[in-house]
Amino acid sequence: MADQQRIRVLVAKPGLDGHDRGAKVIVRALRDAGMEVIYTGIRQTPEMIASAALQEDVDVIGLSILSGAHMAVFPKIMELLRAGGMDDVVVLAGGIFPDEDVPKIKAMGIRGVFGPGTPLSEIVEFIRANVGRPEAA
Amino acid sequence: MTGDGRRALTGIKATGDEQPLGPGGAMAGAATPPGGRTIDPAAVPDLVERFRRGERRALSRTLTQVENATPAGREALRALFPSSGRAHVVGVTGPPGAGKSTLVNRLIAEWRGRGRTVAVVAVDPSSTLTGGATLGDRVRMMATYADEGVFIRSMATRGNLGGLARATRGIVWTLDAFGFDVVIIETVGVGQDEVEVARTAQTTLLLQVPGLGDDIQAIKAGILEIADLLVINKADRPGAGELKRDLAMMLTLGGHAPPGGWRVPILETSAARGEGIGELADAVEGHLRHLKEGGEWARRERAMLLDEIQGLVRGRILAQVDRLFHDDPAFDALLARLVARDWATAVARSTT
Repeated sequence: MADQQRIRVLVAKPGLDGHDRGAKVIVRALRDAGMEVIYTGIRQTPEMIASAALQEDVDVIGLSILSGAHMAVFPKIMELLRAGGMDDVVVLAGGIFPDEDVPKIKAMGIRGVFGPGTPLSEIVEFIRANVGRPEAA
Repeated sequence: MTGDGRRALTGIKATGDEQPLGPGGAMAGAATPPGGRTIDPAAVPDLVERFRRGERRALSRTLTQVENATPAGREALRALFPSSGRAHVVGVTGPPGAGKSTLVNRLIAEWRGRGRTVAVVAVDPSSTLTGGATLGDRVRMMATYADEGVFIRSMATRGNLGGLARATRGIVWTLDAFGFDVVIIETVGVGQDEVEVARTAQTTLLLQVPGLGDDIQAIKAGILEIADLLVINKADRPGAGELKRDLAMMLTLGGHAPPGGWRVPILETSAARGEGIGELADAVEGHLRHLKEGGEWARRERAMLLDEIQGLVRGRILAQVDRLFHDDPAFDALLARLVARDWATAVARSTT
């Protein structure tokens, strides 16, 4: 029965850039860490991401964005999640962010911000620590 | 219970008084750590009430409990099960890359156009090494995000081998009880022997694509036997004609026809181009009429429930056997005899 609960993660790429290699690397790493990872593909609107997160009842949402549109897109996503009663979902952001934006992103309620070169193990550990439930081995 | 959750909503439907399970939420101070989604069984009546009001967040939460087989999930299913049994459950199966997700996406649009509400359970495999999973079927179904008449849920097999997850039937019942007209089950990409979907769906579509094998494949036992409808997807590709001939020959050889006089049709689609979808939806509805008119619906319901009961009983017995393996010193002694190549003593002990 121990393996009946798994951390569920939605990995989404908001915005208009089509570069999802990084997102796929994350999907693979989280899968290999024993998580169930729902990948939604590129060019997702905030509404698509919030709707998918609700239907899938995920613990974690990982947002991958390289286009520079994060300051426009992230607040909208967080607003929709709050409106949908998903305040308890741990939201992470991965991509290229100017240093001055990082505190602003965290102030939106995004708990983890990961730039280029972040070791995958760091992201896995961050999720485990923040979801607060040890992975079923 | 926070109960203050009436929030202004944009984009997604009102979810009412959802309680966060994290810090400060309903589970604060309970054994379940922040983010854990296990719901206290005491909260189930409230959850079920919101479910019955049509709140999608309550549906989603309930599905998690049912999938994880938590006490709350069992309690919720007990309350909701009497409301199930109305949806047309349609299984879509076939080899990896056959176009199942793309076809399901087309069928969603087709049925929405006909005024039906549609839920999808999309199953993908769990890793046998880590237990993790990539659930990627949703990628092809994102266009429906704003439609309240559609609900898509991904699930991993979690070690089950028949093409579905162990909890798939409970998930289907839950979606059925929520009131969806059609519940589509998309299986994992299957090979030859993953036939569980036929014991879970009333209508099973088997996708085949050109170019995967010769005519001997078509007369092998296994998955071809469970199809109510055969679908040649990617029918615009070379080899579709031969495949259709091989499948038609297989059908005329007879001997495996589903009971009730149903003639298995062979349909041709190109899901990527959106061709043949209307005809396919017509054929699925034709099969539904056949089931309802001939008494086959009731027979299949009975067979499914019997299968569920048998599965539960087997599961309990297997759990007892597993405990024996882990806790019984006599078993360790037996194993030690076998390791010492002492077959005679081992066999004598194992049969006493």
